[in-house]
Amino acid sequence: MKAFVMRSAALAALVLTVSASPALAKTDIQWWHAMQGVLGERVNEIATKFNASQNDYEVKPVFKGSYPETLNAAVAAYRAKQPPHVVQVFEAGTQTMLSSGAVYPVHQLLKDNGVSVDWNDLIGPVKSYYSTGGNLASMAFNSSTPILYYNKDLFKKAGLPDKPPATWNEVESMAKKLVAAGAKCGYSTAWPSWVLMENMHALHDQPFADHSNGFDGLATTLKINGAFGVKMMELIARGGREGWFTYNGRLSKAEANMGGGECGIFTTSSAYIAGLTRASEGKFAWGTGPLPKMTGYPQGNSVIGGATLWVMKGAKPEEYKGVAQFFKYLASTENQAWWAGVTGYLPLTNTAVKAMEASGHYAKHPHQKTSVTQMMAGKTTPNSQGTRLGNFVSVRDAIEEQMENILSGKKTAKQGLDDAVAKSNDVLKEFAALYK
Amino acid sequence: MKRTVFRNRWLPYALVAPQVAITVVFFFWPALDSVRLSLYRASPFGDRLIYVGLANFERLLADEAYRRSAVTSFVFSFFVTVVGLALALLLASLANARIRGLGVYRSLLLWPYGIAPAIAGIIWLFIFHPSYGVLPYLLSFVTAYQFNWFLKGWVAMTLIVVAAVWKQFGYNLAFYLAGLQAIESSVIEAASVDGAGPIRRFFAIVFPLLSPVTFFLFTLNMTFAFFDTFGLVHSVTQGGPGDATSIMVYRAWKDGFEGLQLGYSAAQSVILMLVVMLLTAMQFRYAEKKVTY
Repeated sequence: MKAFVMRSAALAALVLTVSASPALAKTDIQWWHAMQGVLGERVNEIATKFNASQNDYEVKPVFKGSYPETLNAAVAAYRAKQPPHVVQVFEAGTQTMLSSGAVYPVHQLLKDNGVSVDWNDLIGPVKSYYSTGGNLASMAFNSSTPILYYNKDLFKKAGLPDKPPATWNEVESMAKKLVAAGAKCGYSTAWPSWVLMENMHALHDQPFADHSNGFDGLATTLKINGAFGVKMMELIARGGREGWFTYNGRLSKAEANMGGGECGIFTTSSAYIAGLTRASEGKFAWGTGPLPKMTGYPQGNSVIGGATLWVMKGAKPEEYKGVAQFFKYLASTENQAWWAGVTGYLPLTNTAVKAMEASGHYAKHPHQKTSVTQMMAGKTTPNSQGTRLGNFVSVRDAIEEQMENILSGKKTAKQGLDDAVAKSNDVLKEFAALYK
Repeated sequence: MKRTVFRNRWLPYALVAPQVAITVVFFFWPALDSVRLSLYRASPFGDRLIYVGLANFERLLADEAYRRSAVTSFVFSFFVTVVGLALALLLASLANARIRGLGVYRSLLLWPYGIAPAIAGIIWLFIFHPSYGVLPYLLSFVTAYQFNWFLKGWVAMTLIVVAAVWKQFGYNLAFYLAGLQAIESSVIEAASVDGAGPIRRFFAIVFPLLSPVTFFLFTLNMTFAFFDTFGLVHSVTQGGPGDATSIMVYRAWKDGFEGLQLGYSAAQSVILMLVVMLLTAMQFRYAEKKVTY
């Protein structure tokens, strides 16, 4: 059925394009993205709305697979000298893009095309993550940060109050009660490295890598095998042994377990709000809270994930003009408030946050405010402004590989993290050698 | 054999030209390009290309994880091949008997071969997934054993071996069936008359006569397990838990396509290329000798 609808839609689009093209020669703008499911539908909606808003440009969103697949497609296309105008690259690819020499920095593009956007209106963490020297290198698009989710039905069954755990001690005690009351999984997490290592370090103002996590020079050494990282991993490994933590796979795989109603407490991207809303419909109630803290550490901030839009070199000036117009549309408060409202991603400007507050959106959807509150309450320090590493995907992979070895009891927390650091340093040094 | 003689000196070359062209463009060129790239440290978007000699290979060979991956690959391929062939031979012998509905039976046995490795992986995932798989669910009624292969390396390994065997099963069966049917029934009847039972007949006559087929399938399955199982690993285990199922071809893909370390990944492809050359050389050298009889 879905395939049929898609085909009809594609056919309708084709007929429309064919019939419309002789009348108005619109300039095409290729936008490659990695948004699937509900999010993919929203991306198409943005393009449709922008295309309807003016007559000169036609933004064509193309789904290119997962984030790494999309980046790969852009690499291959750039090498074949046929790059898309705009490509969505996840935060892990930021350093790769910055170093690549293949991008047209967004602040430059907008300046060249006479579009002014008030960058000071961007919320702090987003601006710091994606700027170099105070100038935005890529167009902020979908930024998220991990938050905590809890299954209210399971909480009720376990006799717990309707309140998310605020500290790791509470996560432990609540998860134990959940399991005792029959929950299949007390606590679990998606994106193990991003949530438990990258974000936990930043949230507690602990360094993740040298050179301020890669912000003042290419990072070559990870710092996660310090006292804090080991403490964090020991806690999770003990949770696994004692049965209150369940490991459900790398990347976003574990989200299926939360969506299936198995887990009492869960941590993942705030962007999962859209997916969980759909998955839990008519099945169970849930709530959100900020990420749990460890006591006795200074206040940092959670870091953002998600992706930004990069403009590739090699297109014609009139096409870039269209890209600039499109970005102006994306940055508009109206679009920002709508996008954040329907997805769970962070609204990117302070004005959009205020607009959502004023329209009563947050009163109606309180869990969407969780991520905003969490970020605003945090403190931006060199350890919490973000993480920029070359070949970050390989680094994350090395970390998640060793997390599995720790969780399965094959290695101690210290051993596993030492090995993850050694492997990651090797990868980082290779990248640094490339751009020395 | 009749020798065909072409009058025109150039015609034979013209006739093989398309095949040669395809081989050059799609096989030799990329292969040579990988060899070239393996000597460089290359940036993703192609703006930096630094000649490093054999440094990529040195980095690989010094990496304990890479050596472990090589061992994993051989263990995986060995089990896929041995278990796969034994099972196919057993079922081929049974399917070779004169029973009713043989055609349907044989067609069904051949089915899995038509399925792409990645799809096969997804099917197995739906059966074995720790939280939404059918089997762990059924198991939970009879035992408290936690079937979580997200953390148990050997379970994950067994799972992909079984899936690969199943996937390749139809192919092996087809060859064994054909081999069995090519054996003259008079030879077997003669043995029966001499008083040899079914098991004796199998080991003394059928198995040796099948050895060329076995050898061919052995090389083919080794190659399959080494190279074509990427989709299976990618959809089921992603190389984990830890690096328990990280076979060489999967690592090469991961470092190249996810990690964008192109030279490093090319060096891994070159090593894999050497392995496949070795396997093929073995195939030619021994299979040409017809192994037995």
